Amino acid sequence: MTEISTAQPIDAASAPTSGQRIRAGTQVYMYVSLIIVAAIVVVPLISTALGGFKTLGELRGNPFGLPTEWQWSNYTDIIVSKRYWLQMSNSLIIALLTVFLTLTFGAMAAFCFAHIRFFGADYLVNYFLIGLMFPAATAILPLYIRIRDLGLIDTYWGVVLPQVAFGMGMSIMLFRNYFRNLPSELFDAAFVDGCGYMRFFWHITLPLSRPIIATVGIISFVGSWNSYIVPLIMLNSESRYPWPLGIMIYRGEFSTEWQLVLAFITLTILPTIIAFFLAQKHIIAGLTAGAVKS
Amino acid sequence: MSAKAVSSGNTLAVSRRSKRSLANSKWPVLILFLPPALLLFTVLVILPMGEAAWYSFYNWNGYGSPTQWVGWRNYQLIFRNSAFTQALINNGLIVLASLCVQVPLALWLATMISSRIKGALFFRLIFFLPYVLADVAAGMIWRFVYDGDFGLVAGISQFIGVEPPFWLADRDLAMYAILGVVVWKYFGFHMMLFIAGLQAIDKSVLEAADIDGATGFQKFRLVTLPLLGSTVRLSVFFAVVGSLQLFDMIMPLTGGGPSNSTQTMVTFLYNFGVTRMQVGFGSAVGVVLFVICVTLAFSYKRVFMRND
Repeated sequence: MTEISTAQPIDAASAPTSGQRIRAGTQVYMYVSLIIVAAIVVVPLISTALGGFKTLGELRGNPFGLPTEWQWSNYTDIIVSKRYWLQMSNSLIIALLTVFLTLTFGAMAAFCFAHIRFFGADYLVNYFLIGLMFPAATAILPLYIRIRDLGLIDTYWGVVLPQVAFGMGMSIMLFRNYFRNLPSELFDAAFVDGCGYMRFFWHITLPLSRPIIATVGIISFVGSWNSYIVPLIMLNSESRYPWPLGIMIYRGEFSTEWQLVLAFITLTILPTIIAFFLAQKHIIAGLTAGAVKS
Repeated sequence: MSAKAVSSGNTLAVSRRSKRSLANSKWPVLILFLPPALLLFTVLVILPMGEAAWYSFYNWNGYGSPTQWVGWRNYQLIFRNSAFTQALINNGLIVLASLCVQVPLALWLATMISSRIKGALFFRLIFFLPYVLADVAAGMIWRFVYDGDFGLVAGISQFIGVEPPFWLADRDLAMYAILGVVVWKYFGFHMMLFIAGLQAIDKSVLEAADIDGATGFQKFRLVTLPLLGSTVRLSVFFAVVGSLQLFDMIMPLTGGGPSNSTQTMVTFLYNFGVTRMQVGFGSAVGVVLFVICVTLAFSYKRVFMRND
């Protein structure tokens, strides 16, 4: 029954590879190495955030250090601008719709595959598995033409539906594996008591599936929040752009003013960083376990 | 517990009457629960892939219906295109960088973080952070880092007292600069794979090695490393898949330039198929990419089924 605990965090600290104590010399070497790598990760991010507080002239002379005079207006101008909030809400709407449909459609289909025996079930599962094998980019041109013919170009749905469709394989796989490993006694008891499939799904399967709902939800949310190529192809109006497209447009407009671009990048990645630090265990476990298991 | 065991267990336990009502209630569920996923997946994944194969034999700008049949010409054009060859080479370079830099780095960090060291959770958190950032944001941040006028590279050059280099504008160096960003963004994810792999190793094997008097390095080389084989394969597999999809990060960094030196398969598809609305040509690139992906998925399965 280890499969059930898919979303449990991988706890690094409590699992030493050896029971021996680490010698002091080794420990110093380890800390030095870890700190150097951490610096390589963090310095670009901090410099970006600090760069947003500088003037262009200071950026040229002093890209690393603290700003001599903090240019708060770089940030406040963006925060009060309509475009920042518009892009953030576009991203949020698209991501929430994507997550909702990926969870609902995926869980419903997976429930059929996990509990009902019907003709062709195995073939159908393999059919959905095809979706795991190639990225949306492969079929992006025919996809564009199809979305155009459906009249969905330049709408949220034109982005959401392809994302859901390409997330279906992952969603169904993860849900099906989880549902199949729920204790079968539950199933027997419920059916002896005359509980139908529908009620079983709503009242027993779903409440027991919070960990896997979280995993699939996190994977599809992060994927959609960060997605670039599908919105790039499907959207024309800047008023509907999610933030990754917004960064590119902003950079195109203010290409000579790096400090503004840096402030803009910082503000757009801020929600991700805050969410990551708040829910790090779930996010790390969800993204890692999810990737391995699907 | 396998699926068969579960379902046969159910059948035995459920009485005949409820079995009949179960069979009756099975169809409404199937009719209600399957079609949304099936319809969406068929219309927006399977059909477009089939259409890509069909369009790839036409010269078509996407309007009206495709009429100008050109046979295998689009495919010939692809393989004659030097930018595509460069894209293939670059995709190969990304995999190579993963093998030679990312896997050793991730493994090295994973062994340190898995040992009893204070602050391991903190370092793990920091190392994983780039992975959750959008590729576009990471690309833009590194465009700033590599900037020879305003970026960190400019600052370092000033400090040392040399002329700042413009790596992203140099066709011989741009791809290596991008490889650096790829490793920066993804090593944390690979490290997590190795941490999980290390945890799965049976502690008693290492204890046995201790009793036999093995040194730390011997234990690592002769016990840990061989037992991590499947994790290494998994890590390489993710690197290959990731390299085949790499697009978002390239666009803010170089857009595939200078003079096509940093194209990948997908940027090539975008720059030559999508922006010029050459549906036939772009679809043919998609089909080539599809064939590579599917071949890979099957060989992955074979490699894994054989050993695990």
